[in-house]
Amino acid sequence: MSNDVSNQMNTSRRNFLTKAGTTAGAAVVAPGVFLTTPAAAKPADEPVDIERRWGILIDTAKCDDCSDCVTACKIENGWGSANPVEEESSPEQQAQWIRKVGLKNKSTGHVLSLPLMCQHCETAPCVDVCPTGASFKRADGIVLVDKHICIGCRYCMMACPYKARSFIHETITDQKPWAPRGKGTVESCTMCVHRVDEGKIPACVEACKADNHNAMFFGDLNDENSVISQELEKHGGEQVRADLELNTGVRYRGI
Amino acid sequence: MKLALHYREIEGKSTGFWVLLGGLGLLIGLAMGSVLHMEHAGHHVTGMNNQIVWGLPHVFAIFLIVAASGALNVASIGTVFGKSLYKPLARLSGLLAIALLLGGLIVLVLDLGHPDRLIIAMTYYNFKSIFAWNIILYNGFLALTIVYIWFMMERKMNRYYRTAGFFAFIWRLVLTTGTGSIFGFLVARETYDAALLAPMFVIMSFSFGLAAFILVLMAAYNWTQRPLGDLILFRLKNLLGVFVASVLYFVVVYHLTNLYATEHHDVERFILLEGGIFTGLFWIVQIGLGSLLPLAMLYHPTIGKSRPAIATAAALVIIGGFAQLYVLLIGGQAYPLEMFPGYEVSSSFFDGVIGSYSPSIWEIALGVGGVAISLLIVIIAIRVLRFLPETLEDEVVDPHAAKAS
Repeated sequence: MSNDVSNQMNTSRRNFLTKAGTTAGAAVVAPGVFLTTPAAAKPADEPVDIERRWGILIDTAKCDDCSDCVTACKIENGWGSANPVEEESSPEQQAQWIRKVGLKNKSTGHVLSLPLMCQHCETAPCVDVCPTGASFKRADGIVLVDKHICIGCRYCMMACPYKARSFIHETITDQKPWAPRGKGTVESCTMCVHRVDEGKIPACVEACKADNHNAMFFGDLNDENSVISQELEKHGGEQVRADLELNTGVRYRGI
Repeated sequence: MKLALHYREIEGKSTGFWVLLGGLGLLIGLAMGSVLHMEHAGHHVTGMNNQIVWGLPHVFAIFLIVAASGALNVASIGTVFGKSLYKPLARLSGLLAIALLLGGLIVLVLDLGHPDRLIIAMTYYNFKSIFAWNIILYNGFLALTIVYIWFMMERKMNRYYRTAGFFAFIWRLVLTTGTGSIFGFLVARETYDAALLAPMFVIMSFSFGLAAFILVLMAAYNWTQRPLGDLILFRLKNLLGVFVASVLYFVVVYHLTNLYATEHHDVERFILLEGGIFTGLFWIVQIGLGSLLPLAMLYHPTIGKSRPAIATAAALVIIGGFAQLYVLLIGGQAYPLEMFPGYEVSSSFFDGVIGSYSPSIWEIALGVGGVAISLLIVIIAIRVLRFLPETLEDEVVDPHAAKAS
């Protein structure tokens, strides 16, 4: 009699455990299945895909004196001479999200030109030093500034090895909705996160393509079939200040 | 008969007292006006830019914060190391530490792009940031030092003051290590990326803090006509000499280690030889006027015993300290980031160019205002509370030594 009862209890417990286990397993696996499903555009209410790592590869051999990427960024994000802002600030004080850097090898005299912007480091010094956590890295590798909690201390600017960040020295009006630039806060290249989330490519890369320079490749560094990964595998790509081992999201060829 | 130690508020009724108070108030008013202007117009009215992101306000703020932890040393020597000679000075030492720290923090906070978001700095913490740790260290230092002073002043709590003093001492060492690490952790910049900066800041704090303490002590006793014996003053000035020499030692080691590594030769050439204002400030003000001259004055057999000379030496140490921080902070930023070794670099964003910086009147006013706030806190505190012994004659400070001499 007592054995029957205990058997019944064992059976019901087993059933319960089986059902509970299946449910829990499904709960764990399902989001993963969702997240790995390739989606062109990310709906605003969905989290960032942690499987991806967005990156840009720049081939300096194809990059000449043109500055289409810089102009495109200015127009897209509303900074610099393309917009009637920052008139009070001196040139040293005006923000630059992306700039063309001219390089001349001191021993060989070889000259090259490349665009330099936030390198979207995996272990970003700006993120480490930010006292409030306003400097942060998205799960897909894009480094951003949360304008709501940036106190304007500029410690990130002190820490950045690429001088990629700018402080806003005056009141700014007519901002783009996706680039809420504001006096007293720090800003930098967002890798056009608003476009990337819509399944588009950053404005600089698009401009480079449009003019047939094709010096810039944008894509998912974690996807071995992406053009950027294949280009990197075939021809390699270097990091600026590789000695710091920051694992940058922006890579260069020919430096 | 043994003279007893009595603490008493300063009278604070003389014209000089009110003139001093009014003068400091005026400086603070100017600073607040500057802050309003800077925050309303934006930082474009300052000399700071996207190449030199930290300017004169940071030099003032860091000087005051570093000096604050050093000012507490006098109390620590008495409490933690049991040197009874220093005990009568412990209250003033704690007070000066608090005052300097508050002055420094006010400057630091008011230079932020968003001082209105101070509450965010207090509520959002990124614990990987040494800056965030410093916010906790500063607040902890204030709290511990206030408790320490309270235990010293309140007879009922008197038996606990040694414990409080011990913790305040440990905390101050951690705090200055943290301040030095703000720069030591910056791997991107050649002049900062050095673990040596943390202990160097600690020893700098000893020197700057004691120099500030000596000046405040001499002024307070001179202006209130209270006796200040040679015994304690000479002990303090000898100690200052040791600290100045120690800072000099660290500066030498810092530059020698940099000179050993070939990759740092260019930046060393910049600071030591070709840096213009920075080179001048380094050799003439920091090393010459701020270190060697005060050392010679403090240890000179006759000059070292003259009170004006001691006060001048302490003031020179402070001026040298400002120069040292200016060279380190501004000079360190002015030297361009080395991103592409072996290449000549040029861009519209001043890559490869020595950064230029000339502080605006607003930044100077803000920095000076911070110093004024520190001094005002000290003056008001010694006016309303019993911080200063009525006399620091040799017989009061150390009856045995006074008798022997």
